[in-house]
Amino acid sequence: MALTGVLRPGHAQVRVLDLNEAVRFYRDVLGLVETGRDAQGRVYFKCWDERDHNSYVIRESDRAGLDFFGFRVLDTATLNKLDADLQAYGLSTERIPAGEMLATGERVRFTLPSGHVMELYAEKDKVGNGIPLINPAPWSKARDNGIAPIRLDHALLYGPNVAEVHKIFTEVLGFYLVERVLTPDGKANAAIWLSCGQKVHDIAFAEYPEPGKLHHCSFLIESWDQVLRAGDIMSMNQVAVDIGPTRHGVTRGCTIYAWDPSGNRFETFFGGHLPYPDYETLTWTFDNFGQGLDYPQRKLHETFLTVVS
Amino acid sequence: MQHTVSIEDTGERYACSSDESLLGAMARLGRRGIPVGCRGGGCGVCKVEVLAGEFQTRAMSRDHVSDDDRAHGRLLACRVYPASDLSLKVIGKLHKNVCGSAASP
Repeated sequence: MALTGVLRPGHAQVRVLDLNEAVRFYRDVLGLVETGRDAQGRVYFKCWDERDHNSYVIRESDRAGLDFFGFRVLDTATLNKLDADLQAYGLSTERIPAGEMLATGERVRFTLPSGHVMELYAEKDKVGNGIPLINPAPWSKARDNGIAPIRLDHALLYGPNVAEVHKIFTEVLGFYLVERVLTPDGKANAAIWLSCGQKVHDIAFAEYPEPGKLHHCSFLIESWDQVLRAGDIMSMNQVAVDIGPTRHGVTRGCTIYAWDPSGNRFETFFGGHLPYPDYETLTWTFDNFGQGLDYPQRKLHETFLTVVS
Repeated sequence: MQHTVSIEDTGERYACSSDESLLGAMARLGRRGIPVGCRGGGCGVCKVEVLAGEFQTRAMSRDHVSDDDRAHGRLLACRVYPASDLSLKVIGKLHKNVCGSAASP
């Protein structure tokens, strides 16, 4: 098997200011599937085509932002090895017992030098996508509910110490650097895009003075046409749109950035090139960051740099 | 019910109904006085200080609005709904951009 170690982004837990308003947004407008609620009041969602029980969890709080972001790893042996590797590297880790999140096994939790809480886990119940495993149809009616992305794709996080975060992901967790934006003096990375497989990114970080900030969680859309449809649905529902529809230079992905009702940015994302671990990193100079962000307009939208939750 | 909002920093005035946020009405009318961010009370860039007037609010993030802020009318414009004519000044982290000094990334 070629893909081992960390497999993919598995879950994000995000804080919302009004739970009922957020549920209506994520279920009816973004078109996620609600899969459960727990005793803490958290609401669990998955994208329609995801097979695991949950990928996006919200809880009510008096502040917006990200609680933690989790990756699925291959198996329990991998989880234990990565836990030991993180500790050997000098990070402290914590075990969250199985069942603390619905349908989810034991998690290894650690905090990055950027202030973000990361998790690894090996088990989450397979609830399926509503399509049989034998002679499957290509899609189900769930595809037509709201924007209806097919999976949680990645997240972009803002915080300090991006160089140290880069080392942890590449030296301990087996990621590789797909693209980067240099700082204005060209001596360091202002932003990094990291992959653990053949996706153009599974997580990204940008240097920012405040720790632990969420720039966006991204949801995968199946086509450019469906990105435009997502934009239509956003406008029909008075969703606050930030940037797009347009295409990133970085990743080549097609995108709309918008905000949930609590000010957590999300992305509807399609495409991107398909890197391999042996490919050379693609580099953007800071003076071309505008092209990297919005290739047709060559515009470094100020909100991209300054608005986070 | 329509009210008039005055942005003291820029002298701009615009109409805002009681069921529309201070930020939403400004943006809809194409004015530019207050910085526009997430429009959901989460990011804090549209922070204003209400100098005079009555209003109602919806939930906004404590990362940006403390109890002391609330007591002094320092709020996020995207979550404030006017109940009378109202005047405000911009105090958010993008204040520099509103008031004309250089905005560089």
